[in-house]
Amino acid sequence: MTAYALTDAWTMTRRELSRWGRQPVQLVVNLVFPVMLLLMFGYLVGGGRGVSGEYRDYLIPGMLALTMAFGLEGTMLAVTQDLNKGVIDRFRSMPMANGAVLVGRSAADMLQSAMALVVLIGVGAALGWRVHGGAAAFLGAVGLLLLFRFAMLWIGIHLALVAGKPEMVQAVQILVWPVGFLSNALALPDTMPGWLGTVVEWNPMSHTATAVRDLFGVPGAESGHVWPAVIWPLALLAVFFPLAVRRFGRLSR
Amino acid sequence: MADAAITVEGAEKRYGDKKALDGLDLRVARGTVHGVLGPNGAGKTTLVRVLSTLLRPDAGRIEVAGHDVLGQAYEVRLRIGLLGQHAALDEELGGRQNLELFGRLHHLGAKRARARADELLERFDLADTGRKAVRQYSGGMRRRLDLAASLITEPEVLFLDEPTTGLDPRGRAEVWDSVRSLVGGGTTVLLTTQYLEEADQLADRISVVDTGRVIAEGTADELKARIGGDHIDVVLRHAGQLGAAVALLPLTGVTVDADRRLLSAPVTDRMEALSGVVRALQESGIEAEDIALRRPTLDEVFLHLTGDDHRVKEAV
Repeated sequence: MTAYALTDAWTMTRRELSRWGRQPVQLVVNLVFPVMLLLMFGYLVGGGRGVSGEYRDYLIPGMLALTMAFGLEGTMLAVTQDLNKGVIDRFRSMPMANGAVLVGRSAADMLQSAMALVVLIGVGAALGWRVHGGAAAFLGAVGLLLLFRFAMLWIGIHLALVAGKPEMVQAVQILVWPVGFLSNALALPDTMPGWLGTVVEWNPMSHTATAVRDLFGVPGAESGHVWPAVIWPLALLAVFFPLAVRRFGRLSR
Repeated sequence: MADAAITVEGAEKRYGDKKALDGLDLRVARGTVHGVLGPNGAGKTTLVRVLSTLLRPDAGRIEVAGHDVLGQAYEVRLRIGLLGQHAALDEELGGRQNLELFGRLHHLGAKRARARADELLERFDLADTGRKAVRQYSGGMRRRLDLAASLITEPEVLFLDEPTTGLDPRGRAEVWDSVRSLVGGGTTVLLTTQYLEEADQLADRISVVDTGRVIAEGTADELKARIGGDHIDVVLRHAGQLGAAVALLPLTGVTVDADRRLLSAPVTDRMEALSGVVRALQESGIEAEDIALRRPTLDEVFLHLTGDDHRVKEAV
């Protein structure tokens, strides 16, 4: 059975890629949505309270982190749909490697998030945004973003397995927004009321955003957040990965 | 029975206080179609989920295709096909893509998976629509594709969980034809249904299941003989005459539904019962609004088999 673990995981990943091929519009919408947010907050809403220097330099790393956080919804929705359509039951009644369903989901979602990063960074570059750190720092920043996304992915899988109903996906979709915005993605915590600023600084996403700003060499970026940006996602993974795997196994209860 | 494709002895499955399977026994001979008939909540789906390794039973010895569902789940999965209550397909993908996906997951290899997909699309009359997204399929087409997906590896044992629930008559006929064409290929089929007619049409033997147990088993003819034949329904104009009618009409085993002013009774000879009732009504001057002969309903089947009067009255 384990001999097929990789083959099955690849088959499941390919399934997602085929879905993109069938629904290119959906894929494009997913990739363009963060760009819309970026343009909206960068130009329409404008501002960036308390940010010294170019707001764009501050905003783009924040939007990258926010996009990774919003990925949670997509993951949860996809797993919920599979559960409710009974497709996961069919997979489980087949002689395939057990983990391939979740591995395939992870691989496809990570790929889509990587594409979203490329698009967003590309648009940022087109708007005149430049990275000031070195290539290694740049790759490190991308790595931190994807690590954060990976943690969100397993939270999404776990929530889908626990809640299991499309209505719950909606509830989470609504909740992800305030949680995403309760970070330093868009504005400095210093400008917020004391308690709110504290909450925002505690948000794991804030560490990722700050560390990415630091690595991108954004002028005035706070340093010292790289380690928290590594440790927070790993801690979330340490909790939610085993929980999700256990939940998946418990489908047979 | 050495030649059993499915053996279930004392299967139990509990959800909290509720026993979905309560000491269920079942033996299905190789190469036969076995119907599991029962109302909603009788434990049919739980049984199929246990047999297809999706659910772990709490107790009991359960073997499918010669392998234990708990200890040898992988061996069982190699040999079964499952058609669940809802079409288990990727709605966004095309019909061919779905079949290829499941073929690959059965480790057929890319080439054989493709060939098998084509073969099955042809066989289930879906070749023209193989590229269309399943989302756009009709209910009957979707069910046929679902059935095709459960036959990727020509399983020894095929589970069909209420295969026609929610289909229109045409879709139902399509699925029935497909199931019939499977028989003779040597596949053992276990089919759950709420419809007496469906079990009658497709199954060699039928187990009637209620509250997690088998309460009767036999061929369709054997069961029908036990259930009895037709029923007569008489609807009176005045509810006040129900008592008098029960006393006067030449019927036995009469049940009364006062709200609907309805008398029902099993009959052996349809014509004799009908003319007897009409004559008695005319002579006594009791006015009837409607008289009808009909086949027993599933409720009456369960009334008969369980002797559980009050529950059926609630249902009526």
